Amino acid sequence: MTLNYMSGAKAVIKALVDNGVEVIFGYPGGAVLPLYDALFENKKIKHILVRHEQAAVHAAEGYARSTGKVGCVLVTSGPGATNAITGLTDALMDSIPIICLSGQVPTHLIGTDAFQEADTTGISRPCTKHNYLVKDANKLCEIIHKSFEIASSGRPGPVLIDLPKDIQLTNIKYVNKISKIKKYNNHSSTLDENVINKVAKLLLQAERPIIYGGGGVVNSGPQASKLLTELVNILDCPVTLTLMGLGCVPNTNKNFLGMLGMHGTYEANLAMHNCDVMLNVGARFDDRVTGRLNAFAPNSKKVHIDVDKSSINKIVSVDYGIVGDCKEVLSALVKEIKKLHNQKTIKPKTKWWSQITQWKNKDSLGFKQIGNNIKPQQAIKSLYEQTKNFDTYITTEVGQHQMWAAQYFGFSKPNHWMTSGGLGTMGYGLPSSVGVQIAHPRSLVIDISGEASFLMNMQELSTIVQYKLPIKIFILNNEWMGMVRQWQELNHGSRYSESYTASLPDFVKLAESFGITGLRVDNINNLEATIDEMINIKGPVIADIRVEKEENCFPMIPSGAAHNEMILSSDDNDKDTSNEGLALV
Amino acid sequence: MSVYQKNEFKEVETSRTLSLVVDNQPGTLARVIGLFSGRGYNIESLTVTEIDKIRNLSRISLVTRGTSMTIEQIKSQLLRIVPVHIVRDLTLEGLFIKSELALVKLVVKGANRVEALRIAETFRAKTLDVTLSSFVFELTGKPSKLDAFIDLMRSLGDTEISRTGVSAISRGNKTETKVLEQI
Ligand SMILES: Cc1ncc(C[n+]2csc(CCOP(=O)(O)OP(=O)(O)O)c2C)c(N)n1
Ligand SMILES: [Mg+2]
Repeated sequence: MTLNYMSGAKAVIKALVDNGVEVIFGYPGGAVLPLYDALFENKKIKHILVRHEQAAVHAAEGYARSTGKVGCVLVTSGPGATNAITGLTDALMDSIPIICLSGQVPTHLIGTDAFQEADTTGISRPCTKHNYLVKDANKLCEIIHKSFEIASSGRPGPVLIDLPKDIQLTNIKYVNKISKIKKYNNHSSTLDENVINKVAKLLLQAERPIIYGGGGVVNSGPQASKLLTELVNILDCPVTLTLMGLGCVPNTNKNFLGMLGMHGTYEANLAMHNCDVMLNVGARFDDRVTGRLNAFAPNSKKVHIDVDKSSINKIVSVDYGIVGDCKEVLSALVKEIKKLHNQKTIKPKTKWWSQITQWKNKDSLGFKQIGNNIKPQQAIKSLYEQTKNFDTYITTEVGQHQMWAAQYFGFSKPNHWMTSGGLGTMGYGLPSSVGVQIAHPRSLVIDISGEASFLMNMQELSTIVQYKLPIKIFILNNEWMGMVRQWQELNHGSRYSESYTASLPDFVKLAESFGITGLRVDNINNLEATIDEMINIKGPVIADIRVEKEENCFPMIPSGAAHNEMILSSDDNDKDTSNEGLALV
Repeated sequence: MSVYQKNEFKEVETSRTLSLVVDNQPGTLARVIGLFSGRGYNIESLTVTEIDKIRNLSRISLVTRGTSMTIEQIKSQLLRIVPVHIVRDLTLEGLFIKSELALVKLVVKGANRVEALRIAETFRAKTLDVTLSSFVFELTGKPSKLDAFIDLMRSLGDTEISRTGVSAISRGNKTETKVLEQI
């Protein structure tokens, strides 16, 4: 009987363990001292001490995305919680399951502007799937169990639990997780067979079909990726993936056209533009993907599979919207197609494929590596070639390097690519790689970084060193906030306002000051050897890859343009961007 | 709506009355309102009160305006909010009753006092407070009836208005009891 009574703080830790938590990323402070005390005694949860609370959330995101589990975060009240906000917003935008525990001043001081008090539930409300302020210690256990359910069910997302210090100290009876917990995904779980049948027919009859997959496929689990690939193979139709979906269909699949969207391939975007049937699986018609909406795949019937009903018909009206988990819907669809397929063979799409081959022949990702300067595209290409036989996980920051990584690195499996897609958070990649490496201690984890983004969360080098994480930080150093510089070149008359990354540290010395290896290369002839050296070093490495400084990222759909108005190089940029286009981000 | 589609085609906006059942807990209303302000939807009227003490539930009656695509979006977004259990579109469902209560203070002297009372009587408003220079009337009914009454009162003198906002319910014998039992 007495066994079941414990402090709120101990109950929290026990509840985490009961929900399968093995690792928590956090940073201590006054309002969470009882929780840290409980952590000190526990043997089941490993705490990773980050160096900034934003990094704690990104690390948990990297952990969650590379494992499919819920990522867990612990921060103190006030500044601890406010520092976590960017990470929570990032997780909400990219649908990553996160539990964030924050300390709060004791209940009797709430509302008094007490030391390190912040209205954490108020501030985090718009950037969490749900949040709680625990005011009654007896509800503590139930709230934690529910939070895990909310974070991981339906469209996943971050849940914050604000824990006043007195609640952590109150003695309570531990309540076990009840097996029957209400589902929080608010969608009808039964699929409409009729719709599945119609969609299957539509796909079988299509002359110019295309499948466009997104992060929802990754979130649905590896089975969804397998089913998607199977569907592509049965239909022998082209498939393209969003930034978030890379890896769902292996890059080596002959039907894969590469990424689509603003920096997607010519063939992917043109195939989207000219298709007659589009099947969107777990993507959300993001503006980076659709380009100008009134010219988006104008002559197509559209089908959209999404676990979140609000994603359907939000931006693009579709002919069939199917609310459901990708793997369940795909499995029903594949079954139905196989059934129908036996009765009637699909027309070979010779014409469609020969058209696509013509677009492919434009070689939109082509670049010329001339001279001794390293082209950033080549750096990524070489990195891919030299690491593809390892179990490699890639994280990125935000900017040109991120797009080049998406374009030139090949992903053959889901959950191996971690990037900030929705929020576009510079400083995501380094802490995210911490979470990935913690989850996969023996794998090769590389943060493809830009010099400016690296500076945003470089304090995490200290975390990397403390936990001996052999992360490779591959900085495409162009001395510019390259993506900003590119937009200024294309849209603002090359007026490079504040986009030069001045006063950079010596990255090799920086590495050395942390006791880790720093490498530098600025000549194409040494690139391969440097990458090899980086891979072969057992510990963490900062590789300062000095690349061509003013290289632009192409192909590109300019702001406010349509898929078929892509530009392939700077020379194509003859039209002035319309005022409306200029206003777009 | 995405900026890419600015002023492209103007679908008509209509007024819709939504009826929500939500957990009566701190933060629920903030989430509902935050959804409207954060995503740029309109709220024309909003009322909230507890309707079930045992199960701790509140009803939110909400009048909003938008194209059918926007309204569908609002409903799906509302359903994503964890403590929101039921979202009903009364306008779409069919016949429903919309009612509101107004308290109207009128400062008035002389001949207009009689006129005010006469109008109040016509509208079946109750007189809740009387002084030699003022009245407070209470009126319930459709918002349009309240509007008309208030306009008339304004023309008679200085006024102060307090309105509850629309409360709504569907006609007929259908209830939500079955759905509520599953919460
Ligand atoms: C936190 C944050 N601030 C600002 C931006 C806007 N932004 C997008 S890309 C970029 C430049 C990134 O520079 P760098 O990391 O060097 O990458 P590069 O584009 O040069 O590869 C900036 C400032 C952002 N995405 N995130
Ligand atoms: Mg740069």
